[in-house]
Amino acid sequence: MSIVTVQLGQCGNQIGFEVFDALLRDSQSSHGLCCKRENEAYQASCKERFFSEEENGVPVARAVLVDMEPKVINQTLSKAAQSGRWKYGQHACFCQKQGSGNNWAYGYSVHGPRHEESIMNLIRKEVEKCDSFSGFFIIMSMAGGTGSGIGAFVTQNLQDQYSNSLKMNQIIWPYGTGEVIVQNYNSILTLSHLYRSSDALLVHENDAVHKICAKLMNIKQISFSDINQVLAHQLGSVFQPTYSAESSFHYRRNPLGDLMEHLVPHPEFKMLSVRNVPHMSENSLAYSTFTWAGLLKHLRQMLISNAKMEEGIDWHVRPPSSGLPSLGKKSLNKDLHFNTSIANLVILRGKDVQSADVGKKFRAYIHQYTKFGIEEEDFLDSFTSLEQVVASYCNL
Amino acid sequence: MTQSVVVQVGQCGNQIGCCFWDLALREHAAVNQVPARSHEPPRLSARVVGDGGSISKGKICSLKARAVLIDMEEGVVNEILQGPLRDVFDTKQLITDISGSGNNWAVGHRVFGSLYQDQVLEKLRKSAEHCDCLQCFFIIHSMGGGTGSGLGTFLLKMLEDEFPEVYRFVTSIYPSGEDDVITSPYNSILAMKELNEHADCVLPIDNQSLFDIISKIDLMVNSGKLGTTVKPKSLVTSSSGALKTRHQKPFDAMNNIVANLLLNLTSSARFEGSLNMDLNEISMNLVPFPQLHYLVSSLTPLYTLTDVNIPPRRLDQMFSDAFSKDHQLLRADPKHSLYLACALMVRGNVQISDLRRNIERLKPSLQFVSWNQEGWKTSLCSIPPVGHSHSLLALANNTCVKPTFMELKERFMRLYKKKAHLHHYLQVEGMEESCFTEAVSSLSALIQEYNQLDATKNMPVQDLPRLSIAM
Repeated sequence: MSIVTVQLGQCGNQIGFEVFDALLRDSQSSHGLCCKRENEAYQASCKERFFSEEENGVPVARAVLVDMEPKVINQTLSKAAQSGRWKYGQHACFCQKQGSGNNWAYGYSVHGPRHEESIMNLIRKEVEKCDSFSGFFIIMSMAGGTGSGIGAFVTQNLQDQYSNSLKMNQIIWPYGTGEVIVQNYNSILTLSHLYRSSDALLVHENDAVHKICAKLMNIKQISFSDINQVLAHQLGSVFQPTYSAESSFHYRRNPLGDLMEHLVPHPEFKMLSVRNVPHMSENSLAYSTFTWAGLLKHLRQMLISNAKMEEGIDWHVRPPSSGLPSLGKKSLNKDLHFNTSIANLVILRGKDVQSADVGKKFRAYIHQYTKFGIEEEDFLDSFTSLEQVVASYCNL
Repeated sequence: MTQSVVVQVGQCGNQIGCCFWDLALREHAAVNQVPARSHEPPRLSARVVGDGGSISKGKICSLKARAVLIDMEEGVVNEILQGPLRDVFDTKQLITDISGSGNNWAVGHRVFGSLYQDQVLEKLRKSAEHCDCLQCFFIIHSMGGGTGSGLGTFLLKMLEDEFPEVYRFVTSIYPSGEDDVITSPYNSILAMKELNEHADCVLPIDNQSLFDIISKIDLMVNSGKLGTTVKPKSLVTSSSGALKTRHQKPFDAMNNIVANLLLNLTSSARFEGSLNMDLNEISMNLVPFPQLHYLVSSLTPLYTLTDVNIPPRRLDQMFSDAFSKDHQLLRADPKHSLYLACALMVRGNVQISDLRRNIERLKPSLQFVSWNQEGWKTSLCSIPPVGHSHSLLALANNTCVKPTFMELKERFMRLYKKKAHLHHYLQVEGMEESCFTEAVSSLSALIQEYNQLDATKNMPVQDLPRLSIAM
């Protein structure tokens, strides 16, 4: 079953490219320890899920690229075409000339409605190309204007138009010390809207991924493409074909459905995070060996202590909770986990809510949002819904 | 891709504008010399500020600047048109008169304003029509004179009415202490009222700071210390490689700095990068309240050394320099005042980890307002400016502009109390004393706002109670 990816904004498009690249590279890599027939079955399943076949054999990613300014999309398209191994559909992108200016209100209230039809058309075309459609995977950031504003708008539309399909939103939490000054406002508004319309929110923090790059992968000068590659690696682990517990001969047919089934038991608790082991640079790979037992042990430690990576675990233990979903037979270990650690994440980020609140008390920057129709009541609504989420998690 | 139109008013505005176009062409030529990979479209950075360019044999021909040149006396504009940049400007984009404004804001604003209103509007509309998607007007002028300050600010109101959705970024040259125009305080205060009300964003610059920067560079270049030979092309003040080979005039070096500022401001909108920042984001992030839109800028590095053996602590040094008061383009000390917001626009081969590291390093020494403790906006552009491997432009919305305004007000009051030179202004139809009092009160209100923010400087951060929800 196929997944259609919607990439929004600069962040979404840059990550989306890395994800598709990683997926295809992994499926075509020759490291496998399994027999040839297995490999072929795996490749076929992976390809069918994310790519559609074209005449000259080059796989075309099942993706829709949306951005309000052309530079990033052009770059992404040309990078994909350059690799020669896969590419994006020629008409799968939508862009305008002027960006959203880091303004959630501009993305949501102006760009969204204005371009609603074109964007939904593009998505519909991709969906129609799928033989059996599993759901949507939406990649966006929370700090900017396009990813966050248009992302919230598009997710809402998808909820209305495709109410039977599942949507998983991949959201990027910005650096704590600021990438964009109004990121708190944008994040709060995005989260509250997404909570209502999305089925699952997979959160990645720039801070955490940055640390992984620094400590584990030993990269001295970390660039955004390094960060995106680590992210793609993690996402690849989530989405690549896995066996189900019942039958070990067929790959799972409904990845999104299965994930949601296990991980989102109640619509109030939707936030997910990923823990991935091992992470290391290509150079050290040749010098390391892994056993399943060792990897699982590391993973369990990470979960218990609520750490994002194997090193530097802080051992103030809190009681663990819900179980692990079944793992697949793959060379990499992944665990998509939903537990109270997310509550802590939300509480920590409650600090963000608070700082947005403080900002709002002084009415800072509000005039930029009211210009486009987001009034103070909307802010208040967002705060309330998020406080409710935090309270629910706290009650667990 | 969005476009911007540059409107240069008055002698100062036009001279700076001239340097700006020169530098823009140089940058465009340098960028396009590297042959683009075959499937990539040529970097049309110039399309943002120029129209219809084509490159043949390495020289740029038929590129037309998106600019409107306005001056009420012909000398400066004529000189531009006779110089090597004459092909860049369309003769239909000029508006000139003969007599000049006589350093009188009222003449510039009221007399020439009403006289040339229609013509100016027509030229602006024409430029706007050539643009696919017009995003921003850049207005360059001085505050102390007559045309730049009077007619320049008259334009602002017009632009706001005619093109309400297009941003108005104003680069204003404020009069320094030893200014040679006696009525400059009057002109500046009257112009400030207009800037307060009609500009989206103002970048105040003063001549004294530019001059200090030049002296610093000269000292560096001429000191003859070992390992300090400077690459000549990299001087932020240099016009080497310029299209015009004219004698170096005293203001050239200073104008080049401002030209660099404007180019770096638009670099992320023109070139690719891993974290883009468009012009509308500048206004969105750096202007928390509509009236507080004055941004202090600083440019680093000012030069690149030729000795490649010097270890690369350059990068961190660059960030530290951006916050020192020697590199600011206004007489101000942002480190000791309160920051409302700060933007760092980095060009060249700098990665996000370098940026993060430096922000962490510098944060403890800077004071941010309590409701915006992490008030940083960052952007990364891959293409460095001509002659450098990387550069940084820091824009700060900081209460350190307050002393400049207070000084200006003081000079104004000294003249106004004696009613000196007032009759020149009152002679102009439509001018009354109330104009002056209104202007001063508008400035006082602005200073008061900054004062209020400063008062919160050392107060502890209040923890606001969170919303409590009934479960």
